Amino acid sequence: MDLYAGVLAAEPRAVGRAISLIENRDAQAEALIDRLYPHTGKALMIGVTGSPGAGKSTLVDRLIDRERGAGRKVAVIAVDPSSPFTGGAILGDRLRMQSHATDPGVFIRSMASRGSLGGVAAATGDAVRVLDAAGYDTVFIETIGVGQTEVRVVELSDLVLLVLMPGAGDEIQAMKAGVMEIGDIFVINKKDLPGADRLRLEVEYVLSFKNPQGGSDEPVVMASAVNDQGIDELAAALGRRLAQSRADGSLERRRRFRIGRELEGILSRKIHELLDVHVEVSKQLGGWIEELYRKEARPYALVEQQIERFLKDRGKEADT
Amino acid sequence: MVAETKKAGFCRILIAKPGLDGHDRGAKYIARALRDEGYEVIYTGIRQTPEAIVKTAIQEDVQFVGLSLLSGAHNELFPRVVELLREQGAADIKVFGGGIIPEEDVRALKDKGVLAVFGPGTVTRDIVAFIESAR
Repeated sequence: MDLYAGVLAAEPRAVGRAISLIENRDAQAEALIDRLYPHTGKALMIGVTGSPGAGKSTLVDRLIDRERGAGRKVAVIAVDPSSPFTGGAILGDRLRMQSHATDPGVFIRSMASRGSLGGVAAATGDAVRVLDAAGYDTVFIETIGVGQTEVRVVELSDLVLLVLMPGAGDEIQAMKAGVMEIGDIFVINKKDLPGADRLRLEVEYVLSFKNPQGGSDEPVVMASAVNDQGIDELAAALGRRLAQSRADGSLERRRRFRIGRELEGILSRKIHELLDVHVEVSKQLGGWIEELYRKEARPYALVEQQIERFLKDRGKEADT
Repeated sequence: MVAETKKAGFCRILIAKPGLDGHDRGAKYIARALRDEGYEVIYTGIRQTPEAIVKTAIQEDVQFVGLSLLSGAHNELFPRVVELLREQGAADIKVFGGGIIPEEDVRALKDKGVLAVFGPGTVTRDIVAFIESAR
């Protein structure tokens, strides 16, 4: 199967395979991404984050309806946590989106975090590129949903929806510093539950600090995804926010920022891999730990020494 | 026979319930058990059509589809999944089944491409042994 042609033709088997290659860090994956790269940049990336049980998957399910209604093709990457003990995972987000399973204009992929922090998997960034190249107009990136540290989704998204629900106690306080800052649109889901209006006031209060003029730039939308309420309002807010970020240049700035972060990520990963091969970090680590534990070595000096040796060896290789 | 040595690399498995029965305790139990064995398990809930199951299997690029059914429609629905996978160029995705399946149906299901059938009381070890030998 020619994966490159298959992905460009949005052939589901090819798209599915390509994402697996990326997840498994297969040797072919990097070349494939480079070939697909000129075909990317057209899709709109929407991050969806918020605490577990806030209703992210159901909300995405409803937004898929609206996107399809507007004639756009939709893809979803839904990330769930891997067990740190067994490496196994139950990926259940798509359960709430199965009404779209047979729609050829929808592609849903579940992804295990495989030890990655920050709410998404290491493969998520490259996987959304595949979906972009395959011609999906809108890509939703649904994070694990563990709360305050899910900031990496910003690096992948044009716009982030932060989904909150009432009854989560002082959560909003804790969220001030972390995820509260990454939301472009705030959704108070389960709006029929007691405390929803109060939560809205709290969110607006917190957001008002960001804006010296008072008031908030970020829309706060009340919704009940299960009952399909507030979804049209949310879709409209999304559209307005997007038009605004296109007009004021912030979308472009954000995409440039994203490219920078991605490049930094690839660079450090590659250097890490190179070092691991040449300096044999994983093999030598045990010995170094011993030396350091017995205070026979100094950590920074040891690292400097290794890097020097590495650069010298590389220099010799380049000469021959 | 205990498959304590697992093959390297991640293995993705779709656990799906075709048909109309609304009871998914068995399917959920298997999903959890396989998670605890280190597999990545995609679970899609009850009342899935064979078409939806096959589309899901392809998008998720799983190596196995485990079908669970209690209502008695396995003779139609299990082979239908195998057939659709073949039609859609995904014959390499392996299908196994579980639930209440009479002994006399097992042979026929295997002839139609369902690689293994597990009845009530199956221990996880046996399913793991099957997966590891078939992947």
